[in-house]
Amino acid sequence: MSGKESPVPLLKDGKRHDGRGPMDLRPIEMKIGILHNADGSAWLKIGKTEVVAAVYGPREPPMKGMVLPDRAVIRCRYHMAPFSTEERKNPAPSRREIELSKVIREALEATILTHLFPRTVIDVFVEVIQADGGTRTAAITAASLALADAGIPMRGLVAGVAVGKVQGKLVLDIDELEDMYGEADMPVAGIPTLNKIVLLQLNGVIEPHEFPQALKMAWEGIKKIHALQKKVLATKYGGEQ
Amino acid sequence: MSITPFNIPIIPKLKRETILSLAKRGTRIDKRRLDQYRPIKLTLGVAGKAHGSALAEIGNTKVMAGVKVEVGRPFKDLPEMGVLNVNVELLPLASSEFEPGPPDENAIELARVIDRALREPGVVDLSDLVLIPGEKVLVVWLDIYVLDHDGNLFDAAMLAAMGALLNTKVPGYEVREDGSVEVTGPPRPLPVTKRVVSVTIGILGNVFLVDPSLEEEVVSDGKLVFAFDEGGKLVGLQKSGPAWLDLDRAGPAFNLAYSKYKELLDVLEKSIAENSPK
Amino acid sequence: MKQQTEPQRKLVLPGDVVAKGNYTINPKSVMYLYKIDDTIYAAVVGLVEINDNVVTLIPLEGTYIPRPGDIVIGLVENFVITHWQVDINAPYIGILHVSNLLGRPYNPAKDNLKEYLDIGDYIVARIDSFDRTKDPILDVQGKGLGRITEGKIVEIKPSRVPRVIGKKKSMLNVIKGDTGCDIVVGANGRIWIKCPNKDLEDIVTLAIKLIEREAFTSGLTEKVRVLIATEKHERGLI
Repeated sequence: MSGKESPVPLLKDGKRHDGRGPMDLRPIEMKIGILHNADGSAWLKIGKTEVVAAVYGPREPPMKGMVLPDRAVIRCRYHMAPFSTEERKNPAPSRREIELSKVIREALEATILTHLFPRTVIDVFVEVIQADGGTRTAAITAASLALADAGIPMRGLVAGVAVGKVQGKLVLDIDELEDMYGEADMPVAGIPTLNKIVLLQLNGVIEPHEFPQALKMAWEGIKKIHALQKKVLATKYGGEQ
Repeated sequence: MSITPFNIPIIPKLKRETILSLAKRGTRIDKRRLDQYRPIKLTLGVAGKAHGSALAEIGNTKVMAGVKVEVGRPFKDLPEMGVLNVNVELLPLASSEFEPGPPDENAIELARVIDRALREPGVVDLSDLVLIPGEKVLVVWLDIYVLDHDGNLFDAAMLAAMGALLNTKVPGYEVREDGSVEVTGPPRPLPVTKRVVSVTIGILGNVFLVDPSLEEEVVSDGKLVFAFDEGGKLVGLQKSGPAWLDLDRAGPAFNLAYSKYKELLDVLEKSIAENSPK
Repeated sequence: MKQQTEPQRKLVLPGDVVAKGNYTINPKSVMYLYKIDDTIYAAVVGLVEINDNVVTLIPLEGTYIPRPGDIVIGLVENFVITHWQVDINAPYIGILHVSNLLGRPYNPAKDNLKEYLDIGDYIVARIDSFDRTKDPILDVQGKGLGRITEGKIVEIKPSRVPRVIGKKKSMLNVIKGDTGCDIVVGANGRIWIKCPNKDLEDIVTLAIKLIEREAFTSGLTEKVRVLIATEKHERGLI
């Protein structure tokens, strides 16, 4: 969406620049409980995008007054490591990171049963270790695993993925190149077990009839990612099954 | 870091119930239909020293936008493009909830949603703002000033932004032989290639409210902001607030927004027509 | 497939449908299950048991949330006019009133509180009352409750406490029996051990850490027995 030409064709004979078909996700790996200090943690890699999420709490508020009488306060930070991008990123929070921290927090507020922990704070910290497209949806997917790992009650696991438009065609799970030179990027996150959307954004231009189509594609991806989340959780507690 | 707002006034539960039960009967506190906008007004050229300006009013909500065009450097990776900067100030005079200080996450989100809806479809032809490629380009500063907050800041800000851009006269910069830039020629209109408007839908449980007032926003779970260009293409979308949305309700929300964008476009067209020399 | 005779415990994940129809949630599990219409969903990773249409979920992770009646081990961290504030490894501070500790009204002019309890002391306490809107009130009047003056405190994840205790205290009895140590397991993940000697104290610590680490593996009791026996042998205790 930079207005420049892509150095490689984004779509050729129905294949994307990395050989994927339009509906293929990048390879995904997930791990939970990877950090010692956090109450819950998760690591997620999708293609070359890599994030780490940590959850602390519910715990006492870090300062007096940062409380709600009827539910927990959620603090959320989406942050990119300075070395996560081609050129070093200034570690001070950018406007983009501030916005994404907000939309991720709001997505998680929809699933966390905050009313169970009045007067407490739940912290969700996500660090992007490597950015190659789809970092906010990877962040949500990892954060949701970290919340499960911390035993924080949720309405359901949240998974996310972006649908993009390249060379006039909708494709699932765009990477950085497709994001940079494509026509649109629509990140979606949701709770598949309840069919609820908790994050929805569009950066780019799509035709009106493409909106329901893009959403449907995203949901297919979300269901696949959700199945992987369940697998990694069940494996950890496999001894009990 | 984003923190759940905790310094918020307590909302009487009764209020939400009232708005919900009215909605079930297809009406609202201020007697509007669920899909009805409050009166919309757009006035162009409201700030004399700005190169372009506009004041958008939706009901009691008032948002002003001002444009200043300056000479500056292009981005390194886009040497042959001018620069568009969008900033939003939630002024403390607009609401008891707004505090003075640098833009908070709400102001930043609003600015970025507007920015994307302008940038992605190429509303301003930035390639037409180059003085010396790679060295000197025109920088368009679009500052959005929220003056009075009575809900639906996104649509009002979008309308004010669009009005201000269309109202903008770029000083007649010319490049001298020695590479210096001076204003010599007559001003020209900013190259605006298309119009964009946004339609905001408040989400309240299962109910959709077009153009939520502040009273409705505070009891809402969140909102959906759809931005359309004049041809009806979707050029931006943002779920804002902790609401969730049923998967099968996303389509109806989109259709509802799509059915409304022309109304805002009409307001925009009309105010431009009124402003253009006869 | 093995035939199950006992009521089956099933692993569930957040969002899983646990039961549909005429079921109720065990009051002990209200934090871990939620209901929409007639469907009960899991909210955390846990083990679900359904008995007589009552759904119970035992969480496998999570912070300690006080429940009246729980025995906890607290760390005294502050004193405010009439009460101590006690860290009970929960999001809420435990409150211990001076009068409860003394068993009589508090006389600020006469009572030198440091004689009874000081900042940095551990206590064994019972959660007297708690409803999440007010901080939990602690009670130290009763057998085995009060200031801790000897032994060692081991901390584990609160969700692993049931494993350390075991079914009908089986695990706890193994550790006690094989080491001769006295052990008080706080519901908040703090365990107080009192042993005849330092070596046995270390062995109990190792055993507890093993249980925490391998909580979800099978044959855990046997592993603990072997660990204790090996360690005792290596240290020349047998």
